[in-house]
Amino acid sequence: MSGSNPNTSSANKAPANIDQMGFRSGPGPRHGEVPKVRSKDTAGTLRRIWGYLKLQGATLIWVVACTVLTTVFSLLAPYLIGKMFDDYIVKRQYDGMFRMGMILFGVYALGAIFTWIQQYMASSLSQNTVRDMRHDLFGQYQRLPVPFFDRKSHGELMSRAVNDIANVSNTLNQTVVQLIASVLMLAGSVVMMLSLSVWMTLITVLTVPLIVFITKKVTKYTRRFFTEQQKQLGEVNGFVQESISGLKVVKTFGNEARSIERFREINERLRAVGVKAQSLSGSMGPMMNTMRNLTFLIIAVFGGMFAYHDLITIGVIVSFLNYSNQFSQPINQLANQYNLFQSAVAGAERVFEVLDLDPETAQAATAGTNRPIRGDVVFDHVNFGYKPEAPVLKNLSLHAAPGQTIALVGPTGAGKTTIINLLTRFYDIQSGRILIDGQEIRELDKEALRSQIGLVLQDAYVFSGTIRENIRYGRLEATDQEVEAAARHANADAFIRKLPAGYDTYLNAEGGNLSQGQRQLLTIARAVLANPAILILDEATSNVDTRTELHIQEAMKLLMQGRTSFVIAHRLSTIQEADAILVIQGGEIAERGTHEELLQQKGFYADMYDNQFASTQVS
Amino acid sequence: MWGLRAYFKPYWKFLILGPLFMIFEVFFDLLQPRLAAHIVNFGIVDRDLGVIERTGWLMVGVALLSLITGVGCNLFASRASQNFGADVREALFTKVQAFSFDNMDAFKSGTLITRMTSDVVQVQNLLQLALQGMVRAPSLLVGSVVMALLMNLKLGLILLGTLIVLVAALVVLIRFSNPLFAGVQARLDAVNTRIQENLAGIRVVKAFVRTDYELRRFRDVNEEYTAISIRAARFIALNAPIVTLIMNACMVTVLLYGGDLVSIGSVQAGDLVAFVNYVVQVLSSLLMVSGLLMNVSQANVSARRIGEVLTTQPHIEGKAREEDASIPATHVEFAEVSFSYNGSNDPKDLVLRDIDIEASRGDTIAIIGATGAGKSTLVQLIPRLYDVTSGAIRIDGKDIRELPLIGLRRRIGIILQESFLFTGTIRDNIAFGKPDATQAEIEAAAKIAQAHDFIAKLPEGYDTQLGQKGVNLSGGQKQRLSIARTLLVKPPILIMDDSTSALDLGTERRLRTALQDVMKDTITFFIAQRISSVIEARRIIVLDDGAIVGSGTHAQLMAECEVYRDIYRSQFGKREVS
Repeated sequence: MSGSNPNTSSANKAPANIDQMGFRSGPGPRHGEVPKVRSKDTAGTLRRIWGYLKLQGATLIWVVACTVLTTVFSLLAPYLIGKMFDDYIVKRQYDGMFRMGMILFGVYALGAIFTWIQQYMASSLSQNTVRDMRHDLFGQYQRLPVPFFDRKSHGELMSRAVNDIANVSNTLNQTVVQLIASVLMLAGSVVMMLSLSVWMTLITVLTVPLIVFITKKVTKYTRRFFTEQQKQLGEVNGFVQESISGLKVVKTFGNEARSIERFREINERLRAVGVKAQSLSGSMGPMMNTMRNLTFLIIAVFGGMFAYHDLITIGVIVSFLNYSNQFSQPINQLANQYNLFQSAVAGAERVFEVLDLDPETAQAATAGTNRPIRGDVVFDHVNFGYKPEAPVLKNLSLHAAPGQTIALVGPTGAGKTTIINLLTRFYDIQSGRILIDGQEIRELDKEALRSQIGLVLQDAYVFSGTIRENIRYGRLEATDQEVEAAARHANADAFIRKLPAGYDTYLNAEGGNLSQGQRQLLTIARAVLANPAILILDEATSNVDTRTELHIQEAMKLLMQGRTSFVIAHRLSTIQEADAILVIQGGEIAERGTHEELLQQKGFYADMYDNQFASTQVS
Repeated sequence: MWGLRAYFKPYWKFLILGPLFMIFEVFFDLLQPRLAAHIVNFGIVDRDLGVIERTGWLMVGVALLSLITGVGCNLFASRASQNFGADVREALFTKVQAFSFDNMDAFKSGTLITRMTSDVVQVQNLLQLALQGMVRAPSLLVGSVVMALLMNLKLGLILLGTLIVLVAALVVLIRFSNPLFAGVQARLDAVNTRIQENLAGIRVVKAFVRTDYELRRFRDVNEEYTAISIRAARFIALNAPIVTLIMNACMVTVLLYGGDLVSIGSVQAGDLVAFVNYVVQVLSSLLMVSGLLMNVSQANVSARRIGEVLTTQPHIEGKAREEDASIPATHVEFAEVSFSYNGSNDPKDLVLRDIDIEASRGDTIAIIGATGAGKSTLVQLIPRLYDVTSGAIRIDGKDIRELPLIGLRRRIGIILQESFLFTGTIRDNIAFGKPDATQAEIEAAAKIAQAHDFIAKLPEGYDTQLGQKGVNLSGGQKQRLSIARTLLVKPPILIMDDSTSALDLGTERRLRTALQDVMKDTITFFIAQRISSVIEARRIIVLDDGAIVGSGTHAQLMAECEVYRDIYRSQFGKREVS
């Protein structure tokens, strides 16, 4: 907790210049002990941060130069004050004193100016650096293959882009400069002190091991409680998170009292350990304060004795009182700064980890890949599993001629969606071949391939922006007329026009103001606009009520005309007109044929159909 | 922060003792330069070794006293802040538990969580800081000035004058920086939203090959954020140099003027040494204050956010005493019920209009209709998740607003559209509504919900852990568990809000058959998407745009209800109709 307690952050005893305090005014005191996070490869990570910093070349040089200058000026001031005492004040010579005073003021003024330049530059240095990092990370997110996103939670990815990068930014802005300044100040103070009096320096420095020793002891002792406090805080936060997310369930069961009871239990544990941890770690502040008092009195008393014996002058004592503070402060802060620095390096490392992952391989476009696709799709003995030991598709073969509609049905987990993941090359197959227009898709440029495939997924993805922007996402260069034509085609125009702002209605990320079905119509309009050769409809209507479904079905039917379409459906009514229906079971095609043929086979499909329509048949 | 004062009350003793001890600590600290001046004046200048020695021991004593009072202050402050934090957290949690659904809708659940976690930590830290640093800094400030004035009035006045200039400068700086910070936060939010949305739609982004477009959009918000952050940081950068320079100018003035006074003999050299010290004290405490103020404004935002939750009135509160009067619940009646989310009776705000439904034990009412027709809203009115805007719902002839709220909800089992399970075992989850249920009861419920088979197949069966550290279930499995959870409490009124949407058809069919038995003794409302699910219901209600447009059996509706025929056609195609 050193450095965070208000006690420690007061420059207690007379530094003649407090420039170094200025660094602290930015972030304000930090709370709690900085958790120790150790990075794995500090040197390597630093080199890479350096790579970013280098881009800010001139600014960087300014920052470092100003830091050095600022430190030098703050080292000069106490010396000048001591000089003033000895040469003018004690000797009662007013003439030279004024000149000295002006020099001192000059030093102060220069110090202030350089502090300002340094901080001015440092702010753009750090912000521009993290802007670049954030940009790179976001760019990398765009390039990483889909499996990466399936493995990691959004929260985790967000945290890298937000928390870790903020951490790096703060550190660059504050800690690094502070660290440099602290080290310079420490060394400079010792040098200046030595030049004034070797013996006094030795006596003053004597307190250092004591400070270090006490800090270590207390930190070690408090860490246990601190860790425990963090753990309990985590428990409380976890419980809160879950109770709030599930609050509706709690309420429908009338279970509020029990929930409060459990919360109280966990909260009491946190309360108990919190008081203990804070009491202990907070006592670090007064202790450091006492250390400073001790140093102060040692200098006053021993300095007094030395001066009594005429070994030193009063001016030296004055200078020492100032230096001792400039010198003990960095010591107090170094440990804390180092921890902050480490946690930032660890944050940067997590960012770099992502940046180092292999992006989707940009395929060297072989000749003719940019040629429009006709939509002839062949799966040839395809094997695939998300984990190699658990195959999802086994030896699967199918063929869709251009313009055909292929329906995929089967129980959940049978591998229907997987087929889509492979066709779009979100995942790559393990063996076999997938051919589009006779060409293996692994040889096609991924982007060229995907721009020929239209996807309409179960969760209609709408981003914040206007309806127009959302539809135009399908083809960025489309005119307003084309956007509206696509919307009409998708049966969406009517409801859009009823909205107060029409096509310029702003949608928030949750698509809040639209129903699920309306959002789906927008994504269909988007697909219409994109005009793909191959269309994939993955449970596009399963979250939609049946009346809206009617609209969507009509829109989809129009959309499917002239395109090779893969339809995954849950409701058999939507696929009866497909050219071929494939029943996927356990990663294999169990049955295939048209609706009529499959009914006659009296297999799984016929069963499903009966299940769904049994009651109708009776009535 | 002041809005939370009620939570300070239990700890008023600590709130007085903490600052009191801090003032003592400051007092002892301020004595040190005075004592050092004594050494210089009488020890060195007057050549008296005894004075140096005696004063030295005195300084040790004073340092010890400062340590004791400092530690004391910290103990009181810690006790007060941690307890205060825990109390606020508990108050928030208790409050939120009393929230009605529309209260919850008003806060996004994400912000509710941060309000209860990090915001509380913020105000808790602020209290700790308020009792220590915020007492220390002004005390040092005032104490130094007083000490300076006591030592030499003229020199002291220079210090006081400078101080006034400084405070003015700080106030101006802070006034200007506040709006900048609000801007920074807004831009940061924009960056975060952009990332979040992008991650959520990453498949779509890839499918449409929109990487460049996304990058362009991101670059815009990223640049904006960077620009305003730099602007804010640069402004802040003015802070320290200005304050330092003013104060150092004061220092030079004091040295020159004081040096003059020393030379004519009206001030002693040692006093000037001490004076220099006090000047620095003032400066450092000022810088501390400006740092602290930033914390205060941050914590104030947190305190306001907490206050918003604490002052929210739960819209629905049980009127009657929560005595556990058992409600038989054999009859439910909607009488001219209308509802709007904002409570207005304006026809264009109404989500439900003039709803009349009556049902008795053993009845099953199926509700069908388009999204947004008001189906979910309709059933959520029964357990008073929302309150009717006009009209009334009566259970056993009594207006539900007159019934004890918890008692009412315990008699109604509602399975929501989204199945939410808690961390814990499967058993805990099923027994959520009845913690003392026996294994047999739990299994029976799971069997009806078609969950028993898959649970039994899990290596640890009913003891399987769910949630972050545990097994991930599929959507359909989750739904079956939440059905079992509701069935276990055997509610006399059962509501299923499209709660079988993730089940495959075979499972759904088996579930429906198994439910037949349960439904004999309950009043059941179920919302469905598929005609095939409602076809056997004795009463089907067709909802369209908030109003009932048809009611009857499948056959009756096919004959009379246009909307129903539309739905039918969408599901069965033309073939069936012809």
